[in-house]
Amino acid sequence: MKGRLPDPARLVLADGTVFRGNAFGARSVGAGEVVFNTSIAGYQEILSDPSYAGQIVAMTYTQIGNVGTNPEDDEAARPFLRGFVVKEVFEPSNWRSRESLDAYLKRHGVPGIFGIDTRALVRRIRDGGAQVGLLSTDPDSNEADLVARAKAEPGLDGRDLVAGVTCSEPYVWNEGLWQGVSGQVPRAARPSPAYRVVAYDFGVKRNILRQLVAHGFDVTVVPARTSWQEALAYEPDAIFLSNGPGDPAAVEGVQDTVRELAARKPLFGICLGHQILGLALGGKTIKLKFGHHGGNQPGQDLATGKVAICAENHGYAVDADSLREAGEPVEITHVNLNDGTVEGLAHTERPLFSVQYHPEASPGPHDAGYFFGRFREMVARHKAGETVTGAAVASGRSAPAI
Amino acid sequence: MPKREDIQTILVIGSGPIVIGQACEFDYSGTQGCKALREEGYRVVLVNSNPATIMTDPETADRTYVEPMTLEALEKIIARERPDALLPTLGGQTALNLAVELCEHGLLERYGVRLIGAQLESINKAEDRDLFRVAMRNIGLELPISGFAESLADARRILKETKLPAIIRPSFTLGGTGGSIAYVDEEFDEHVEWALRQSPRHQCLIEQSVLGWKEYELEVMRDAADNVVIICSIENFDAMGVHTGDSITVAPAQTLTDREYQEMRDAAVAIIREIGVDTGGSNIQFAVNPENGAIVVIEMNPRVSRSSALASKATGFPIAKIAAKLAVGYTLDEIRNDITRETPASFEPSIDYVVTKIPRFTFEKFPGVDNRLTTQMKSVGEVMAIGRTFKESLQKAIRSLEVGHAGLESPALPDGKAGEDALWAQIDTPRPGRLWAIAEALRRGASVDEIYARSWIDPWFLENLRSIVALEEELKALEPGDRAHWLRHAKANGFSDRRLADLWGESEAEVRALRVREGVLPVYKRVDTCAAEFEAHTPYLYSTYEQECESRPTDARKVMILGGGPNRIGQGIEFDYCCVHAAFALHDAGFETIMVNCNPETVSTDYDTSDRLYFEPLTLEDVLAIVEVEKPEGLIVQFGGQTPLSLAIALEKAGAPILGTPPDAIDRAENRERFDAVLEKLSLKRPPGAVARSPEEGEVIAKRLGFPVLVRPSYVLGGRAMEIVHDVESFQNYMKFAVRASREHPVLIDRFLADAIEVDVDAISDGERVVIGGIMEHIEQAGVHSGDSACSLPPYSLTKPMIDEILESTRRLALELGVKGLMNVQYAVKGDELFVIEVNPRASRTIPFVSKAIGRPLAKLAALVMVGHKLDELGFSEEIWPSHCSVKEAVFPFVKFPGADTLLGPEMKSTGEVMGIDSDFGRAFAKSQIQAGNSLPTSGTVLVSVKEQDREPIGEAIRDLVASGFKVLGTSGTAGYLNELGIAAEPVPKVGHGHPDVVERIESGDVDLVINTVDSMPKSIRDSAAIRRSALLRGIPYCTTVAGARASVGAILAMQAESIGVRALQEIYPTD
Repeated sequence: MKGRLPDPARLVLADGTVFRGNAFGARSVGAGEVVFNTSIAGYQEILSDPSYAGQIVAMTYTQIGNVGTNPEDDEAARPFLRGFVVKEVFEPSNWRSRESLDAYLKRHGVPGIFGIDTRALVRRIRDGGAQVGLLSTDPDSNEADLVARAKAEPGLDGRDLVAGVTCSEPYVWNEGLWQGVSGQVPRAARPSPAYRVVAYDFGVKRNILRQLVAHGFDVTVVPARTSWQEALAYEPDAIFLSNGPGDPAAVEGVQDTVRELAARKPLFGICLGHQILGLALGGKTIKLKFGHHGGNQPGQDLATGKVAICAENHGYAVDADSLREAGEPVEITHVNLNDGTVEGLAHTERPLFSVQYHPEASPGPHDAGYFFGRFREMVARHKAGETVTGAAVASGRSAPAI
Repeated sequence: MPKREDIQTILVIGSGPIVIGQACEFDYSGTQGCKALREEGYRVVLVNSNPATIMTDPETADRTYVEPMTLEALEKIIARERPDALLPTLGGQTALNLAVELCEHGLLERYGVRLIGAQLESINKAEDRDLFRVAMRNIGLELPISGFAESLADARRILKETKLPAIIRPSFTLGGTGGSIAYVDEEFDEHVEWALRQSPRHQCLIEQSVLGWKEYELEVMRDAADNVVIICSIENFDAMGVHTGDSITVAPAQTLTDREYQEMRDAAVAIIREIGVDTGGSNIQFAVNPENGAIVVIEMNPRVSRSSALASKATGFPIAKIAAKLAVGYTLDEIRNDITRETPASFEPSIDYVVTKIPRFTFEKFPGVDNRLTTQMKSVGEVMAIGRTFKESLQKAIRSLEVGHAGLESPALPDGKAGEDALWAQIDTPRPGRLWAIAEALRRGASVDEIYARSWIDPWFLENLRSIVALEEELKALEPGDRAHWLRHAKANGFSDRRLADLWGESEAEVRALRVREGVLPVYKRVDTCAAEFEAHTPYLYSTYEQECESRPTDARKVMILGGGPNRIGQGIEFDYCCVHAAFALHDAGFETIMVNCNPETVSTDYDTSDRLYFEPLTLEDVLAIVEVEKPEGLIVQFGGQTPLSLAIALEKAGAPILGTPPDAIDRAENRERFDAVLEKLSLKRPPGAVARSPEEGEVIAKRLGFPVLVRPSYVLGGRAMEIVHDVESFQNYMKFAVRASREHPVLIDRFLADAIEVDVDAISDGERVVIGGIMEHIEQAGVHSGDSACSLPPYSLTKPMIDEILESTRRLALELGVKGLMNVQYAVKGDELFVIEVNPRASRTIPFVSKAIGRPLAKLAALVMVGHKLDELGFSEEIWPSHCSVKEAVFPFVKFPGADTLLGPEMKSTGEVMGIDSDFGRAFAKSQIQAGNSLPTSGTVLVSVKEQDREPIGEAIRDLVASGFKVLGTSGTAGYLNELGIAAEPVPKVGHGHPDVVERIESGDVDLVINTVDSMPKSIRDSAAIRRSALLRGIPYCTTVAGARASVGAILAMQAESIGVRALQEIYPTD
């Protein structure tokens, strides 16, 4: 930035608040729901997480860009978020870095703003709830116009954002988990026999697929609109429902598909997949005030009382009361200790369970990785002809994490 | 899980005196721990020999033993108090080692005491390097190649694998004492021998060097349900090779991808489980290869540590308090987060700022000492600063340090090639000034890569420095009219007004005026553990230059207390103690208390010590900014030592209301000429002397007074650069090299009163009544700095008329100066004459000691006086004359500084203090010596080597020793004299005069006590230094003054008569 003043950028909120800072990344305009993420490390995984489609993400930590970006830490082929907000971007220094954050955002057409009071922004969202904002790097646009445009932008409710991020064709995923930074866990370390899983891509993160492979699954990823008959045509041993962006209730057609699959196969859902399972079982979802986005959330396993520090990224949650009212034999297995919201479900009669947070981490702690082990256990027992339920698997006898 | 009901009484062991590597962070953790346990209804028994601590205040525990921290004393305490459990993890390495000893001697078993927090097996697994290595291998983690040596031969064998350079780490020492790096064969042998001697188990580890790797620390907590959380990650600015206590460190980690960070987190979680720390906090250090991310484990501390104090302050998560609650059975999810009030403690703090810690060194106190920073900690204190970016945080930390820097100023260097070489030499080898050298190299055009290649400091940090330096250049080049436009940008990057003033050739006041005119003012953000995700209910604040201010000042009546900044020799925990007491007393009196300080180790910077905490540098700029936001009714500047005191006049001028003794009265006491007028008015004597404003003037004065003279710069604390000078030549040298006397920096010259007794007095005045808190008679004669001298309360040899004269003089001084609050006076008594040495109308180093000796909290009383209470209403209207005796002894860092002489003089060198309390002087002194690690023998051999004029005064004491069964060795002159007196003394040759010489006798283990006095001629000091050094290294008690020797002999006789007993403070002064 030496020698000349950096280009200006502005972030305006629908409530009229204007933050004036400087531009980085692409020079363009992005509109979306503004959320904040409290993770200190892992901004590249956050940027490339398709669940942020339709959102502008503000990082609460102030020094972002320190480690640059690299091809291995992308969670999807490209970022889907609408804008990125940080306090300061700085030159990268890390042996894994291949491209600076600035260049990465430029390459992917994502506008960024730095140099604003991000804490003031976070407090506004915290107190006033999530709202739509507009990030503009156009120096000439009028602030009142920007606010008006922000007000006119739709929020997340009622929009099917999955359609924009799901894959167009089915594909097979083979890559396994990484051991830290030193390479992939060897194939020989994967448990056998291998079970076949069909993974619904609502915006799936790569590390989920890696975890499935590492736990001995042959993974076929299918588009979100794949019918239950098409899915079953793969002769899967189990179904997986991925994470994804936006309002779970607005994802078209999927509730029926999941209801049919849930009646026939062991099933595991993460994040949006968990919410969709909740809806398919007759529950409702609610929008949280500003959601949970970060890698430091306490998720308690009610069966054991143990607390995992979790990576979370969701603005909606399954409403506990609605599940009870629906009468489906489902129990709540996990809660978020900060606000008591539902973080895990399990069926007491069928092999179904799901989790709201991100056991695949990336970014975030690995504490909750045991879910993949539970999934494998449930599938194995089911395949062996045992009558196994999600609740039985979730009852505390946890399988080891990999 | 609910709390444990099977235990009622818990024994907590503190960390003893402040030493390098173990400072007031353990008062912070111990105080938090005791409070937390009592909150839960447990009865807490505390042992700590350090009186200058909040934890040893009788209110902190149910039973407080300021007693020796030895097995013998602990057994007596355990037998009396019968605790059910011992919590060993809050008192640093000292407490942990004692707990291990208690276990190994079967004492815990004998008295049915259970360890809580950490079991013996875990402690051993973490502390014993061999066991630790095996444990790490079990969980698949790597350590640097290393081997365990119990002899030099072992060490050489291991070196074949590790290769040079090699790290040498003695087992079971704190702060890396005895640790070093050997680059060449010759130093390897020497370092190994030193390390083996330092280890209580005569063991050391020879370790492959991972010099230049990135260094990280994680603060980990685990509860009884096996929940594990990471409280904070810390990245060292200095690469591996510099002890983390001596490194600039930054939180959170800056240069790790999430994948790398999570690998480290997984390792930390696996380590705390494998080591088996049941509950509580641990600190785990890692090194990361910057080329490929490879991680090795360096070490683990299964207890709260200096870094946990830093992590607590850096995140707002109270590690010690939570550790104490976990130790009694709670799980993390059952404990609320105090700051958010709604969320549980089972989470990982997220921070939205950058924290920088910079260590503070005092090498200037130890001339000739190696100031390279290696694996053994050498710093005596630290500062922490919080900023929204690293640049802001670093620059705030720099000005917090109080080492004369307002920013990244250019170091003084010779011109040309020599300067260039000197500059790079400072970058190649880590020493205290390296940060400024790097900035200068960048300024001169060096590249980040070039500096990285020579310093291994991560390029990210260097880029930040480059960016600060680049901005400086831009700021410097601005036309005056353009400055206003850049102010906000400069301030947001952490530039102080003073630094901007330097860059612009203006005064600080002018920059400030411009800033105020432009409305460029700081805002205050809260430290809330959660990056604003939840509302913070604790006003723990730091400044930054952004939009939104979260200070939300109240309308309450409020008092602001300025803390003492970084610990250093001469200004340490005692002043923090006073500040904390002021906060407690004023809070209880209905005031809102506001603390300002930048020292992360202290109790004062705990968020619940005062009503509001500003973690800020103690500079005029930063303090005034807070005054403007808070608008307090008054400021207390007299409790935090010289740091806040030096701001008093400027603050007052700027309109800040100073409470208590007015700054002008302080100046009257500190300004030599004004003070002479006070003494003259009161007809009090002082040693003849005068102020010199040039070397020439000084010489005239010195000759007139007659040598020896005592010389010192004015306005100093801790006797900085104070010397006794014996002749013209040394005087000239002093004036030329030591102080550079000038008009702005005058030098005080006094006739030195040889063989006088020094007396310290602490008093409180409310302006009408003066009550003397205590009269302390020094054991060492005048000439030894009062902070380094042992002292006794009450006086043990002063006559009644002299004591009355001291009381009277003190009262008159206080009233004349208009003192409102505390005052300390130093006197010298020579014969029956009383001389005033100096008066300090402020809190002194001895306030905690006196308060504990007389059972009244002087600092609290003084704080109340300062807001208008009268001593009569406070129930403190007359002196207290305790029936027992209290002795304070100083504790020195010599063992950390190979090459430092242990002789005492007018320059203060001690880092801490201990207190011995007993029925008479002999026993109290004996206890103080045990506590100070100078354990006096009750039988054996004493080596005596004293200067000629001391021979006669020492004779009687030696005779007493012989009578009680001691054998005497003497250097030739001393032995001859003793023989003449009819005392059997075996003559021993001095070094270089035959074998076995005096040092060889000490080293062979023949000697149990050394008495060595020496005149102040450099040659005599040089000749005898080896005696003192070898005694120090072998841990043999030694006395370097006749008075000290006499007191020691008295103590030995007392101990022979009866073994020491123990008594709780609450028994001495029953509280209701």
